Amino acid sequence: MKIEVQNVTKRFGGFTALDNVNLEVQSGELLALLGPSGCGKTTLLRILSGLEFADSGQVLFDGEDATSQSVRARRVGFVFQHYALFRHMTVFENIAFGLRVRRTGRPSRVGIRSRVEELLKLVRLESLAQRYPAQLSGGQRQRVALARALAVEPRVLLLDEPFGALDAKVRQELRRWLRRLHDEVQITSVFVTHDQEEALEVADRVVVMNRGRVEQIGPPDQVYHHPATPFVCDFLGNVNLFECEIKNGRAFVGGVPFDLAESPPESTRTALVYVRPHQLDVLHDPVGPNNLPATIKLINPAGPQVKLELTTDWGQIIHADLSQERYRSLQLQPATRVFLATKEMKVFHAA
Amino acid sequence: MKNQQQGRIARSIAERATTEPRWIRWGLIGVALAFLAVFVVLPLAVVFVAALQKGLYTYWESISDPMALAAIKLTFIAAGIAVPLNMVFGVAASWAIAKFDFPGKQVLTTLIDLPFSVSPVVSGLIFVLIFGLQGWFGPWLNDHDIKIIFAVPGIVLATIFVTFPFVARELIPLMQAQGTEEEEAALTLGAGGWQTFRRVTLPNIKWGLLYGVILCNARAMGEFGAVSVVSGHIRGLTNTMPLHIEILYNEYHSAAAFAVASLLALLALVTLALKSIVEWRVKQQLRGGRHTLVEEPTT
Repeated sequence: MKIEVQNVTKRFGGFTALDNVNLEVQSGELLALLGPSGCGKTTLLRILSGLEFADSGQVLFDGEDATSQSVRARRVGFVFQHYALFRHMTVFENIAFGLRVRRTGRPSRVGIRSRVEELLKLVRLESLAQRYPAQLSGGQRQRVALARALAVEPRVLLLDEPFGALDAKVRQELRRWLRRLHDEVQITSVFVTHDQEEALEVADRVVVMNRGRVEQIGPPDQVYHHPATPFVCDFLGNVNLFECEIKNGRAFVGGVPFDLAESPPESTRTALVYVRPHQLDVLHDPVGPNNLPATIKLINPAGPQVKLELTTDWGQIIHADLSQERYRSLQLQPATRVFLATKEMKVFHAA
Repeated sequence: MKNQQQGRIARSIAERATTEPRWIRWGLIGVALAFLAVFVVLPLAVVFVAALQKGLYTYWESISDPMALAAIKLTFIAAGIAVPLNMVFGVAASWAIAKFDFPGKQVLTTLIDLPFSVSPVVSGLIFVLIFGLQGWFGPWLNDHDIKIIFAVPGIVLATIFVTFPFVARELIPLMQAQGTEEEEAALTLGAGGWQTFRRVTLPNIKWGLLYGVILCNARAMGEFGAVSVVSGHIRGLTNTMPLHIEILYNEYHSAAAFAVASLLALLALVTLALKSIVEWRVKQQLRGGRHTLVEEPTT
């Protein structure tokens, strides 16, 4: 089912949680709402579900106005951050709940049993049907919550920080599993996360939000490689920020001339240059433009890449990632003076 | 091996650092036990000893006296009406306070505690001032031949007033700790308001609710002050057990007074046992979740 969000605004007292948000969720896609805490992503998800209502604006389900429809009428599946499993019911009863409370078209006892068993199989928890939520691990609870939401055959699946309360290893496993499950079930899904890695790995498209506004919408590789705003660039992964002064059409970083990828418009005085750690190379001698002198402070060779921390002459801390081979061939030592070369960069001009 | 040994040494050092010398420990325990013996066990024992001092026959006669039976009956009637009403009120109030935000919520929370902070005598007088002959509705009630003060309705009203905080105060912290997520989950799964309450909220609060009801019942049966003011002490008609005991005692029937008192004391012991069982269940259900038990200020 296709969802459209049109000019939605929501305030809590003096705080604007959502500021004129527009968004389209395509039928069958898995969309991530990504942003820091307090950016409005959970509020938006709750407005989609009908647990919260917008102050102004519209929510359309398949072109039909659902703005004032109740939660029940919307038929959405909602997975809560802390699972919200019914603690006094077994796993089986939790999953069966949505079917049992149905007023019209309630399946028979046998029908309910076979549906629940089918879902238990889907989330691979057949053997735990008679357990209580308190007897399950975090990852198992999350899967029960998912099965419970899917039991009522919702038109949309909404997930609030689905992996937020799990430890790193389970998290990675479960998000790959969610991706596979989505490909299997093909239900329009929206999930909220503050973890950019999670959003980029799992989602078909990512909506980056900040302070109640949408900063950028696009496929993961697009938002990562072509960030539309400084915020998106900053939020998606580690990044070094250089503030450039523009003089006579040339950019200077701390007095060192810096060639920008695109020449700045006449009117600009400063530009913000974002360079990711892996887009920096380290040289012993300067070879061309954009070679910033810096001193190595720390070297951390543990991990797939060698992480360097350097300081510039004007005291700015810079992070650079080198491949293990490159690091070995350079034979770097702490306190060595080196030059940084930028392989790629992202420039935002300020008026 | 070495690690284990080091761990053991560290533990015993930590124990020594947080434990008092033996004489202080035994001293404290001794003081606590002596205090309990003098102020709790001794009076309780005295009640039963005094009740039986003139033999089992007198004991039986005292509690099977028609006046005593009427007092027992009235006590059960008052509690039987007050407790269910306060249960409904308590659930409704805590539901509203714990799950919703509305203007005046703070005021309502404070008002619920009012009967605890007001002296029971004043609570009784309030009803005399409203329904008594010289009160606001007195003349009208008199014209229509409805008796509230110095009659059973007054006793029931006073009991309700004095005991209404128990259930609410027990449930509010419990419901606040449990939050609204399970109810929201039920709604997204298509359950209606009543279904959500019956299938999700009620099972989650049942032990807390029972605990509140037990406390409420104990107070409803034992209440003296407020009931004394509105009762009028008409024997066989408006005397509850506590009032009946007082009258007997004032008339120097001390064996009879203690006999009836021993019934109240027995009720209290049963309540205490029930309370302990329920408390244990509440703890089990919450598994270390936040939960504060209400302490009642006694007057």
